[in-house]
Amino acid sequence: MASSPSSNISKKLCLDESLWANCGQWIKNARLSAAKRVEGQGLPKRRDEYWNYTRPDAFLKEKIDFDVVSNKSFDIFSNNLSTVIDYEDGVLKEKKLPVIPGCSIESLQDAAKLDEHWAGAVYGVPEAAGQDPVKRSLAALNTATASQGLLLLVSGKVKNPIKISAVSNGSIDSTIHHIVKVEPGAEVTLIETGHYGARANVVLEVEVEKDGSFHHIRVQDGQQHNSLTHIFGRLGPNSTFKSFTLSVGGTVTRNECILELLGDTSSATVAGACIGDDKFHHDDTVFVTHGAPNCESRQVFKKVLRDGAVGVFQGKILVKEGAQKTDGYQISQSLLLDDNCQFLAKPELEIYADDVVCSHGSTSGAIDEEALFYLRSRGVPKTKAIDLLTLSFIAESIEEVENSELADALLMYLTAVLEVR
Amino acid sequence: MNDVHVKDGVDSETVEAVKALSGTYKYGWNTEIEMEYAPKGLSEDIVRLISEKNNEPEWMLDWRLQAYKRWLELKEPNWAMVDYPSIDFQDQYYYARPKSMVEKPKSLDDVDPKLLETYKKLGIPLKEQALLAGVEAPDGERKVAVDAVFDSVSVGTTFQAELKKAGVIFCSFSEAVKDYPELVKKYLGTVVPVSDNYYATLNSAVFSDGSFIYIPKGVRCPMELSTYFRINAENTGQFERTLIIADEGSYVSYLEGCTAPKRDVAQLHAAVVELVLLDDAEIKYSTVQNWYPGDESGKGGIYNFVTKRADCRGDRSKVMWTQVETGSAVTWKYPSCVLRGNDSQGEFYSIAIANNMQQADTGTKMVHLGKNTKSRIVSKGISAGKAQNTYRGLVSMHPKAKNSRNFTQCDSLLIGDKCGAHTVPYIEVKNNSSRVEHEATTSKVDDDQLFYCRSRGMGEEDAVALVVNGFCKEVLQALPMEFAMEAQQLVAISLEGSVG
Repeated sequence: MASSPSSNISKKLCLDESLWANCGQWIKNARLSAAKRVEGQGLPKRRDEYWNYTRPDAFLKEKIDFDVVSNKSFDIFSNNLSTVIDYEDGVLKEKKLPVIPGCSIESLQDAAKLDEHWAGAVYGVPEAAGQDPVKRSLAALNTATASQGLLLLVSGKVKNPIKISAVSNGSIDSTIHHIVKVEPGAEVTLIETGHYGARANVVLEVEVEKDGSFHHIRVQDGQQHNSLTHIFGRLGPNSTFKSFTLSVGGTVTRNECILELLGDTSSATVAGACIGDDKFHHDDTVFVTHGAPNCESRQVFKKVLRDGAVGVFQGKILVKEGAQKTDGYQISQSLLLDDNCQFLAKPELEIYADDVVCSHGSTSGAIDEEALFYLRSRGVPKTKAIDLLTLSFIAESIEEVENSELADALLMYLTAVLEVR
Repeated sequence: MNDVHVKDGVDSETVEAVKALSGTYKYGWNTEIEMEYAPKGLSEDIVRLISEKNNEPEWMLDWRLQAYKRWLELKEPNWAMVDYPSIDFQDQYYYARPKSMVEKPKSLDDVDPKLLETYKKLGIPLKEQALLAGVEAPDGERKVAVDAVFDSVSVGTTFQAELKKAGVIFCSFSEAVKDYPELVKKYLGTVVPVSDNYYATLNSAVFSDGSFIYIPKGVRCPMELSTYFRINAENTGQFERTLIIADEGSYVSYLEGCTAPKRDVAQLHAAVVELVLLDDAEIKYSTVQNWYPGDESGKGGIYNFVTKRADCRGDRSKVMWTQVETGSAVTWKYPSCVLRGNDSQGEFYSIAIANNMQQADTGTKMVHLGKNTKSRIVSKGISAGKAQNTYRGLVSMHPKAKNSRNFTQCDSLLIGDKCGAHTVPYIEVKNNSSRVEHEATTSKVDDDQLFYCRSRGMGEEDAVALVVNGFCKEVLQALPMEFAMEAQQLVAISLEGSVG
């Protein structure tokens, strides 16, 4: 579990010619400044306040000491309703990316060959902004080193969801960096399923411009793998951002979501649910900054833990001076199915405006004995009753998904997961 | 507070009350009295000198020196959301006592009249039978025993004889070291260890006086006990130490008050309070903290860096912290409960008001170790002017703390758009039979409650007043009567239309 000293990594990085050769100026600039961020900040350490509840070791170890057993993800969302893009072992599988109305889809590796690209104005920008006040050096490391990813420029209302389906075998260490830019009034839904590698460092940067809306649904499944994901979102006036993540697999997972509401009357929702056993360690770290008045944000997280599993929630709402009439809401709840699991939470508020409504709640406890008794007294077997109560517990977070078809699909999937558990 | 924009719903009375509170610090005068100082600065010699001034035995000095050595290795904590110029620990006095106290007076009658006058002016008459100002004596029944601490020394303790009849020991810390060394040795530093944190370690090295209380088995303390801390000397830190031991089945209610003169230079106050509770014991610990908060531009004031902790060692023991924090330039204070005994209980009620340039980072820790332990946290923070008010807390349920319960509620109110209110709770649950609930809001009055009142025909203003007052009382009611009076005057704020 030895973590390599950060200076070595970043120095090595800056000297790594393969990152800089044969690529366009825009990506060179972005990578270089990201490398400097890593160099300046250093990599996370166990004693960092920000890594209080999750050890960064899983993402820092030089080598991955396990293989992922090949397992195809459940086909949650019907493929014929969405535009599917496959990733295998952290690499884009398609030679030719689909062409759909209202959205241009390019791969990072192709765009990187050009000297100029629209993504130059986005790539690494929200990530860099998200380094203050908390250092997220592993995201900067991603910006500096990622060669795989998709660049979506959304100019219209895209009808069908765009679905990234990832599978991997063996001990693949993958670094993925996606960019989504939603232009004024445009709309898109992005779905991510599966896992990119035995260990993955994934960054998704999203810019939502005026009146635009971005929906994101993610299902993290599979067996043993470590995932570190960052979403950096910046919201323009009257825009909408909604992200929901369901995690039913993985070993150490840390999902960070850093959102900045920069335009008036914008609205952001980050929600998530997870179910896990044994070595499952699931961390949701959310930082929502209200930088404009009349905005709304919601954080809804549910964790179902069993047999040694650990659930972590670190959520923060920061309301800047002048961001009046903010409505900020945050709830984190855990259901501990046996006596061997842990829920660790740090729900924070930092408020510098007086006319706001901000609240957060956090609860933790075992399954409601009375509800269980009620179901059992009506002839429902114990395990089935527990599943039903678990499902209803998680369902509250799935309600945050706006598209009802997708929400239903998630519920169906969850039911199936509980049945085989 | 002038020309401050206030959001709708906060009535002018509230604003006026906060203004009144900030503008006139009633206790800002100082007592002209001849003082004796230890040389400026901090060194091993100063630690030895303080020990010598208190005529301490060898073991006490060794304890202090050990703490001093440890302190040199520690770093000043910087995680709190407070910002102040770095403290020059060599540029202040660590010991100051009135010259008249060099020979300890035999009784209160021998105490320098100037000192007695000081406490009288503060509303704390040091005459026995006398009561705290502003309190009607119900048939002369209620009595409060006072230990008055002036800068580095205890001036006197009232009702000692009467308390002794009940077996209660109530004296200054320096007396306790001499008269009850076994008790002090047994419990000192067992709740807040010498190396607990930077300021506690500093206190362990240089504490000068404080109060010592021992309530024997099965005794319900016949009166309320209190300590009144007054900082008078300039450039002087106050480092007092309080140790309360509640033996099996005993009960005590303890009150603490503090004030300081207006000075341009900030002064340090780093206290340590240790409470020990054995089986079935109960302690009610109430504080009205009214240190000088500094002026509107943030000049002067007290840096209040305090470590307070209760160790509920015994089964079914119960501790209750109630604090009204209105003073200090910077507050860094987390009265905590270690719920070690099975079925033990910890409660924390707090109102923290920060105005002008004040900064408060305060809260509590509830560490559940025993089975069936219960804790409750109710915290209200009010920020005005350019003040920053932070609630910081920890609720920890250890794997063995089966069937435990915590409920936490933190509410914040901002008056004006230049201040800040923050909540930083840590929740750690490591077993599944315990329930933890945490709620925090920064908002107007709860809409449901308001709707309930409105639907029963109340006017909006009245409904808001009812809901908010009802909530505020939750904390004020937790104070003993004598203190509730003072606290109400201090808070003197109608919160109508603001808190949720």
